[in-house]
Amino acid sequence: MTKTLMMGAVAYAPKVVTIWEGFKEWFYQHGLAFDYVLYSNYERQVEAQFAGEIDVAWNSPLAWERARRIAKAKGLTVEAIAMRDTDQDLSSVLVVRNNAGFTDLQQLKGKTIGFGAIDSPQATLIPKDHLRQVGMVAGRDYHARLFDVLAGKHGDHIGGERDAAMALVNGEIDATWMIDGNYQAFANEGTLPSGETTLLARTGLFDHCNFTTSPQADAVLIQQFTELLLSMRWDDPAVRPLLELEGLREWKVGRTSGYELLARAVDDEQFYDQRGAIIEQHYRY
Amino acid sequence: MTSGALSLSNIIDIKGLGFDAGAHVLIKEALRSLAVGQVLDVMGINTGGEVSLAAWCRAQGHSMQWDTNQQRALITKGGVFVGRWQGAERTGHSDSSTLHAIQDQAQPSWGLAARGATVEAGAPQWSFRLNQKAKVWANNAAQLYAQAVAAQWSPDEVIDWSQPCELPAAVEAAVVQVMTYMVENENAALIVPAKFLGQLHPHFREIQALLAIQVADEARHIEVFTRRIRLKGYEPALSTVGGQASLKTLVDEPDFSLAAFLLSVLGEGTFVNLLNFLQECAPDPITRQIARLAAIDESRHVAFGMAHLTHHLSVEPALRGRLALAVESRFDHLSGTSGLNEEVFDALILLAAGDITPKAIQQGYQRVQGLMQAMAEGRKARLLRLGFTPSEASRLSSLHTRNFM
Repeated sequence: MTKTLMMGAVAYAPKVVTIWEGFKEWFYQHGLAFDYVLYSNYERQVEAQFAGEIDVAWNSPLAWERARRIAKAKGLTVEAIAMRDTDQDLSSVLVVRNNAGFTDLQQLKGKTIGFGAIDSPQATLIPKDHLRQVGMVAGRDYHARLFDVLAGKHGDHIGGERDAAMALVNGEIDATWMIDGNYQAFANEGTLPSGETTLLARTGLFDHCNFTTSPQADAVLIQQFTELLLSMRWDDPAVRPLLELEGLREWKVGRTSGYELLARAVDDEQFYDQRGAIIEQHYRY
Repeated sequence: MTSGALSLSNIIDIKGLGFDAGAHVLIKEALRSLAVGQVLDVMGINTGGEVSLAAWCRAQGHSMQWDTNQQRALITKGGVFVGRWQGAERTGHSDSSTLHAIQDQAQPSWGLAARGATVEAGAPQWSFRLNQKAKVWANNAAQLYAQAVAAQWSPDEVIDWSQPCELPAAVEAAVVQVMTYMVENENAALIVPAKFLGQLHPHFREIQALLAIQVADEARHIEVFTRRIRLKGYEPALSTVGGQASLKTLVDEPDFSLAAFLLSVLGEGTFVNLLNFLQECAPDPITRQIARLAAIDESRHVAFGMAHLTHHLSVEPALRGRLALAVESRFDHLSGTSGLNEEVFDALILLAAGDITPKAIQQGYQRVQGLMQAMAEGRKARLLRLGFTPSEASRLSSLHTRNFM
């Protein structure tokens, strides 16, 4: 009997079913028995990787970081085998209203800064780390207001960043963080009025999601899966709708060099310990 | 590539326009004229704008280098968006008079695209059953539609509803009965094109427009017939099994050409005779006015039916046999029904009589006889124009439903 490659994904939106059903059919047509399991949050998904439930997981950067820590503590190996072209070299930006007159981060001392979900790498963890590096710590130097939408989804849901952007426009907060591409996206949809905001700071570059192998995964199946992913072409009309839904043009070979900022943030903001246990007390998922 | 290698057309100054204010449109347009792999030099980027530009390039599949010292970006055009249009299909031409503008077979993947548009490969497969030119087209469709648009009328503007209209009670009741019958028939004439409208491939835009305006015409007719019924406070009168059975055969006909033949050529054609009769013989000016206006619209519907069948017969002569068979089978199907509502026939006599005296009735009866002859002759003439022999035309005309439509 053909062995099936089991993949885990988090159900952060209804389109997830459409995406993976499409991939399942495409993999089947290309000779790979593939199926998927949906989890309601990344924490359960990473735990499932170590419980032997799935061979590979479509992980957020934070889920990758947790898997890496758990694997290291247990003496096991997990690998980031592939990622989207749009997962590489991202940054987050701190947006302020032009009329507030802020020109320097230090001017935000004592002010209220908006963040995304408590577990969002791009809208909370890496931004908090960025501020910490310039000597600004939440609760001590500024007030942090979280726009906590769908915790456990690691910020995949754009809603938190959008709510924060609206709060900025309404004057409820003094500044807010969002992933760089959302600045134009929020302007396009009218959330950010044209010409009324500006960028005060930008984080360093970081990478986003990846396919993370589970420790016990069948190496041959994983290799077949990776080769098929990398062979997907935007030019192919059968594949293009799936890639568009998942937000990429082409799959890239996975790399782990883009997670350093997040690893530091996870330590400094005390989200996971070195063994991958959750230590953030306010985190509910 | 060094900046010295850039041609002037590869440089754009966006003059500080923000990415929250549409700057990406300028860059997208500038990239449009470049080949994949060519470099665009972007100047005039406002403070922080390079961050949004980098995000935009990432999403679009272009690579970007940022020169902090000179505050300019070098964008190398990526190939992914060019790839989107590989295998894309052209879908004829918007102007139907252009050679090959209308394709013989409209493809399911063209879907709702405007005729002449370029459709990305992999589009959804739409199930438009009527997708062959031969089976739906009419060469004068565009002209007929233009005529229809120009000839639309407003019941409130062109009909003087306040004109005196005092008839003997029996004659008024006859007018109400005839109008009740007309509404029933116009319901069929509205539903048949409406049903095909949803099955017609939008590639045949002129046909789509004609069917749509035909539906609107019928809705207007139903409105004015109903207003005439209610003019003196009446409710609609009688509806018979035979009448509805006859109309049901029209609504149930799944073939576009056969339906056009039965409904437009034979049914509405016969109806034009009836409307002309009412225009001439109705006892009150409002009914005469309504009939005149509706007859103009119905004549257009007949013209479309004739034009379509002429086209279809030109590419498929065997259709003529199927048309004859359709009339015969409809006749057989309706042989167990009474045909025209007796109430309607008698109402026509009363209406044409205008009074309930022996002399008036005799005159009304003769007029209705004349109507029946005119209807049969009209049907025969149209059948001859469609290439039927005189004997076939006479035979088929006589088999047409006694319900007129």
